[in-house]
Amino acid sequence: MLLPAVLYILALVGLPLVLAVFYAFSDARIGSTSIHWVGLENFRSILESPSFRKAIRNSVVFTVSAQVIVIVCSTILSIALEKPFRGRGIVRFLILLPWVAPVSLGTIGWKWILDSIYSVITWVLVALHVYKPYSAPMWLGEPHLAMASVVLVHCWRLIPFSTVIVLAGLSAIPKEVPEAAAIDGAGFWRTLFQINIPMMAPILSVAILFGTVFTFTDMTVVYILTAGGPFDSTQTLPSLAFATGIAGSDLAAGAAISLFLVPVLVGVAYLMLRVAHRAEVT
Amino acid sequence: MRRGALRRIGARALHVFVLVFFVVALAFPFFWMLIATFKRNIDLYTVENNPFLFNMPPTLEHLRFLFAETRFVRWLGNTALVGVLVVAITLLLSVPAAYALARLAGRWGERLGIAIFLTYLIPPTLLFIPLSRVVALLGLQDSIFSVVVVYPTMTVPFSVWLLMAFFKSIPKELEDAAMVDGLTRFGAFLKMVVPISVSGILTVVIFTFTLVTQEFVYALTFISPESNQMVGVGIPIFLVRGDVYYWGSLMAACLVASLPIAVVYNLFLDRFIAGFTVGSVK
Repeated sequence: MLLPAVLYILALVGLPLVLAVFYAFSDARIGSTSIHWVGLENFRSILESPSFRKAIRNSVVFTVSAQVIVIVCSTILSIALEKPFRGRGIVRFLILLPWVAPVSLGTIGWKWILDSIYSVITWVLVALHVYKPYSAPMWLGEPHLAMASVVLVHCWRLIPFSTVIVLAGLSAIPKEVPEAAAIDGAGFWRTLFQINIPMMAPILSVAILFGTVFTFTDMTVVYILTAGGPFDSTQTLPSLAFATGIAGSDLAAGAAISLFLVPVLVGVAYLMLRVAHRAEVT
Repeated sequence: MRRGALRRIGARALHVFVLVFFVVALAFPFFWMLIATFKRNIDLYTVENNPFLFNMPPTLEHLRFLFAETRFVRWLGNTALVGVLVVAITLLLSVPAAYALARLAGRWGERLGIAIFLTYLIPPTLLFIPLSRVVALLGLQDSIFSVVVVYPTMTVPFSVWLLMAFFKSIPKELEDAAMVDGLTRFGAFLKMVVPISVSGILTVVIFTFTLVTQEFVYALTFISPESNQMVGVGIPIFLVRGDVYYWGSLMAACLVASLPIAVVYNLFLDRFIAGFTVGSVK
C-alpha cells in the first residue's frame, strides 16, 4: 500500500534530483539531444560570473533579513491576537490574506503599489511634501530600493504563516505558568522573555526553518516584481537558475546554480529532525 | 490605583494599535486591487488625482474586459480541471500510504513517515530544470497534464503526513472488531476508518486544491501557450501586452481569483498548521 506513493515520489522527485546533479556536470541544452560529460566546467564558469556571486549574496541577505523581521513581527502580532476581542474572526481573515492568496497574484498587487509613475506610496509622499512631484525615486528601479521591496514582499507573505504557527505555540503554554509568574511579581516583559519565549523556542524554530526554505528557494516574488533587475541587483539563486537554465536554454548551468540550494536545505532538514526528535523525547 | 487604570488604558491602546497596523499593512494590497478594479482608466492614470478617492464614477469596464476579451475564464477552467485531477491522484496515493505507515509497528513507520515529509522540503526551484526534460520526454510539454503529473510530488508528502496522524488516532481494535465480523482488511478500512477520517481527507483535498492554484514555477516552466495557462501564471504573464500593464483588469483578475481560494483555505488553516508544527506543540 505504501509502494505506489513511494514509487511516484522516487520517479518524480528522486530521479530528477539525480538528473539535476548529472546535468550540472554536462553540457545539456534545450533543443539539443546530445549530452557530454564536462566535469567541473559549469561550476568553474558560474563561480567566475559576477551575476552568480550577486545571486548568492542576495539569497542570503533576503532570507536572513526577512526571517528576522518576520519572527519579530509575528511574535508581536500573535500576542495581540491571543487576547480575545470582538471581530477576531474577520481580523484573522484579513491578516491571513497574504498567505492564503496565490503568491503570484499578491505580488502583482505590490507591483502596482510600487509602480514607477502611479505608485500610491509616491503619491502619499508627494502629498506630505517629502518629495516634489515627479522627483520621487522609482521603487523597483534603483538597486537598494528594489532589494528592500523584495524583502518587504517576502515579509508580507510570510508574517501570516509564522503568526499562525507562533500562535499555536503560544496557546499551548499551560495558563498556570504565566499566572504563577504574575503572582510572583513578574511583569509583562519579564514573563515574555523569561517564560513565553523560552517555552516557545521549539515552535519559533519551526517557523524560522519553514520561513527559511520558503524564502531561500522562492523565485516567484523576484521574477514578477523585478525579474532580478535592475542590473542583477535583486537576482537570487532560483531566479538566476531560471534565467540561465530555462529562459537562456543552458540547462547544465541552470542545474549547477540550483544545486547551491542543497546545502541550506540539508541544514534545515537536519535541524527540523532535531526539533521533532526533542519534542518526541520530552 | 490611578496608575493602574492609566496602565490598562495604555495596554489597550497598544493592543488596538498593533492589530490595526498589521491589518492595514497585510490587507492593503487587496484593498488596493479592489479600488483599481472599479476605477476608470483616466482616473487611474492621472498622477494628480487622489488615488484613494473615486474622482470619476466607478466602472465595470475592467471586469467586462477581463471576462469577455481575455482568456481569464479559460484559465480558471484549466486550474479547476487540474485541481480535480491532482486531488484524485493525491488521495489515491496518500490514503493507502498513510494508513500503512500508521499501522506499521515500531519506529520504522515513524522514520519512514518523517522521510516522506522531508521530501516536502525539496523545492520546485531545485527540480524544475530536470523535470522540464522529463516532461518533454513524456510528450506533455505545453499541456496542462504536465502539471497534473508533477503536482502530486508536492501534495503527496504533506498529505501522507497529515493523514498518518489522523489514522493513528483511530484505535486498531475498531478494525479488528469489523474483521471478526467477517469483513476483509480493505472492507474494514473502507467501512470503519474512512468515515471517521472524513475531516482529515477533506483537509487534504483543500490543501491540494489550493496548492494547485498557488503554484507558479512549474506552470511557468512547462506550459507556454496562452490558452493552456493556469490562473497563477496566466494573470501575471499574459494579461500584460508587450510592456503595457492593463492595471484595472489585472487587479480585477487578481482579486477574483484570490478571494474564493482565500476564504476556503482560511477555514482549514488550523489543520494545516497542526501538520507543519511536526509535534513541537503538544
